[in-house]
Amino acid sequence: MSGWAGAAYGRFRKVNSYVWLGMTAVCAILVVGVLFFILGYLVWNGGSDVNLNFFTQLPKPVGETGGGMANAIVGSIKLLLLASLIGIPIGVVGGIYMAEFGGRFSAFIIQYTADLLNGVPSIVIGLFTYSLIVIRMKHFSTLAGGFALGIMMVPITLRSTEQFLRSVPVTLREGAMALGASKWRTIVSVVVPAAYRGILTAILLALARVAGETAPLLFTALNNRYWSPGWNQPTASLPVVVYTYAISPYDDWHRQAWAAGLVLLGMVLLTNIIARAVLSRGISAPR
Amino acid sequence: MNAALGAVRKPVPPAASAARPDPLVGLKPRLEVRNLNFFYGAKHALFDISLTVPINRVTALIGPSGCGKSTLLRTLNRMHETVKSSRLEGQILLDGENVLDQDVTRLRRRVGMVFQRPNPFPKSIFDNIAYGLRVNGYRGSISEAVEKSLRRAALWEEVKDALHKSAYALSGGQQQRLCIARALAVDPEVLLLDEPCSALDPISTAKIEELLFGLKEICTMVIVTHNMQQAARSSDLTAFMLEGHLVEFQTTEQLFTTPSDPRTEAYITGRFG
Amino acid sequence: MSAGPVRASRSFAQRLVQGDQVAHAVTFVAAASILLITTLLVIVLWDNSVLPRAKFGLSFFAGKIWDPVNEVFGAAPFVYGTLVTSALALLIGVPLGLGAAIFLAELAPPKISDGLTFVIELLAAVPSVIYGLLGIFVVVPFVRTTLAPPLMHSLGAVPKIGFLFKGPCYGVSFLAAGIVLAIMILPFIVSVSREVLLAVPTDQREAALALGSTRWESTWKVVVPFALPGVLGSVFLAMARALGETMAVTMVVGNVPEIRTSLLAPGYSIAAVIANEFTEATGDVYVQALIELGLVLFLVTFILNGLARLLILFTSRRGGAP
Repeated sequence: MSGWAGAAYGRFRKVNSYVWLGMTAVCAILVVGVLFFILGYLVWNGGSDVNLNFFTQLPKPVGETGGGMANAIVGSIKLLLLASLIGIPIGVVGGIYMAEFGGRFSAFIIQYTADLLNGVPSIVIGLFTYSLIVIRMKHFSTLAGGFALGIMMVPITLRSTEQFLRSVPVTLREGAMALGASKWRTIVSVVVPAAYRGILTAILLALARVAGETAPLLFTALNNRYWSPGWNQPTASLPVVVYTYAISPYDDWHRQAWAAGLVLLGMVLLTNIIARAVLSRGISAPR
Repeated sequence: MNAALGAVRKPVPPAASAARPDPLVGLKPRLEVRNLNFFYGAKHALFDISLTVPINRVTALIGPSGCGKSTLLRTLNRMHETVKSSRLEGQILLDGENVLDQDVTRLRRRVGMVFQRPNPFPKSIFDNIAYGLRVNGYRGSISEAVEKSLRRAALWEEVKDALHKSAYALSGGQQQRLCIARALAVDPEVLLLDEPCSALDPISTAKIEELLFGLKEICTMVIVTHNMQQAARSSDLTAFMLEGHLVEFQTTEQLFTTPSDPRTEAYITGRFG
Repeated sequence: MSAGPVRASRSFAQRLVQGDQVAHAVTFVAAASILLITTLLVIVLWDNSVLPRAKFGLSFFAGKIWDPVNEVFGAAPFVYGTLVTSALALLIGVPLGLGAAIFLAELAPPKISDGLTFVIELLAAVPSVIYGLLGIFVVVPFVRTTLAPPLMHSLGAVPKIGFLFKGPCYGVSFLAAGIVLAIMILPFIVSVSREVLLAVPTDQREAALALGSTRWESTWKVVVPFALPGVLGSVFLAMARALGETMAVTMVVGNVPEIRTSLLAPGYSIAAVIANEFTEATGDVYVQALIELGLVLFLVTFILNGLARLLILFTSRRGGAP
């Protein structure tokens, strides 16, 4: 075949193929390696500082070593509680609408808007909450912080609930309705229980996601070096403390930032791993 | 299934060629399969197949679903290697050289393939045909080669003013002719066709059968088909396969009028399959 | 005798239907709250950014000076910084992510592919502030001591592009932010690209191989182009994430509101300036200028996400196209 390139070109193509395919393997290893690097670095730098003090003591004044993040941990828990109060009911009930009652048009609009709200940068949610709540209350508060996080949870829980409810087979519903149950009773007694494990894990994932958020708290819950009893005061939270300590000039605070980061990442990753493992194994989780 | 199939469980002796004229008399061989055994993991899929495909003729592989005809076809250009668990024993010779020893990309240029459903690339008509040329380092004029292929596939007149349009704009029959043109562009010596018309309407099927008849002089063809009438119409030699065995291999006329094996007769008279 | 049971059953049925109607209404309200929240968000942000809009109009975005003390607010440095850091993130992250996705979709055996993908998707769950933490203490020193000097000496001397690598470099820079952002967007690119690549019909690959292509040629010239709209969708998703990313950026970018052409220079981004200056902002115009920036961020991510989902939808439909 005279019009063709010679055998050397063929050999080049073969080598070329191996080289490029090899590089894709390198890319994959690098990407996976990043996660392990992050974890390893945090453990190495923060592991030693995660002790009892960390969990039980308040921050000490600058210059004094020791002290802990008890207030930040409690603060994060309170914020998550508030967020759940907003995010879970609205999300789950709304998800029920989408899966069980929604017409094509309304379902599409709400789906689209939920996905878009999900993609809004969390700092914008913080600005929104500030303008809506903080200005009116005239001070920062745990309430405002919980509200911001709750708003972020709504689209996540709504879409997840919807997806898990939709995956419940039609035959289950039909069986219940054939026995005379109304739609609402069918949903409550048959459909939701069938999907509840998936919904629960989705809620856990949503909580893990907002637990790590810093930006929306910066101008809602702000920060606090002491306890913040009640819901009306600004409160410390784990992510905000990591941020504040990390950008400070004090070495001791840096070490505490590593420790806090390790605890935060540990909880978030653990929740994610468990939730995803449960999802992929037990329940068919539509994406 | 009738009683004739009970005999299939035992290994099948090759067709008794002493009683019949050699189908290949006067014809030069292009592809030779010698004692081919093929395995998907532990499953033995093809049993001791020996076959000679003559040059510039159409050889059809027929048989019921699952008989292994597509599996056999795919070994001829080593496409079976895309499945990791596949294993092949025996020889496949192209013009005397063992196909399994050659560089596989070079082999596939010489032995092309057209698939069951048209599968044009998401490119323009021109780029679809040019793909094989570019990838293999064709040094001549690509646009001339593209035109030549399209003419051979009887598609040139229909698309010559729209070469830059997406291949997906064509109808099903046109897309399949495009795939034939694409395969022809690299000047293969053998063209393998895996049920090329099964996804097409009768008119497109007729056009393609006509096309294949004309291509004989430049190309050797092996076609897998489940449509017996198509095999009877379009091919020069036919091989009948059953459950991984080659039952009978004859000139088409002989096989369809006076088959030597009762199973062949049962299949072609429609008693099963 | 006949009227009794019928009447009773009718009211039972009525009660059933009413129960359903109530349920329908209640659940609808919950679902529609999404629309309420989103609309409220836009309205609140719009209302609370009225002052800088009145004072500067569109020139807000062209203005290069950000001087809160003298109430001069020009957002150009932030727009510039956001674009530069995001572009860098894409330049680094997309090839890396696409390469990994190709490996996972085409080469890796299914179990390994699934396992590695699980790990990579966990990266998406890592909080932004953790990336920032590692950014400050790992990436920034790395840029300052290991990356910048060779870049400044080698590429910094090349005529047409040298200006991109001019020193001095203190570590905090567009480059550092770009690197951190690239790592943050990797899971999105890998995960989505892998899925669209896996969805490419097998007979596309086979057709390419049957024409004599090598594995790489069939992957790069046929499979990836087929999946391209979906890959592009993943890039848009990644861009949307990178643009809105706040904490990690503000911890490594330097927070200097100036337009500098060198990638090694410190800069700012829209999200970073909001995070940094909002709580200290005095005066209504200042606060509202920052809110206006937030509104811009919202709009841009809104559009990008919308486009991304359309593209991904387009690719998944295309699987059975002809």
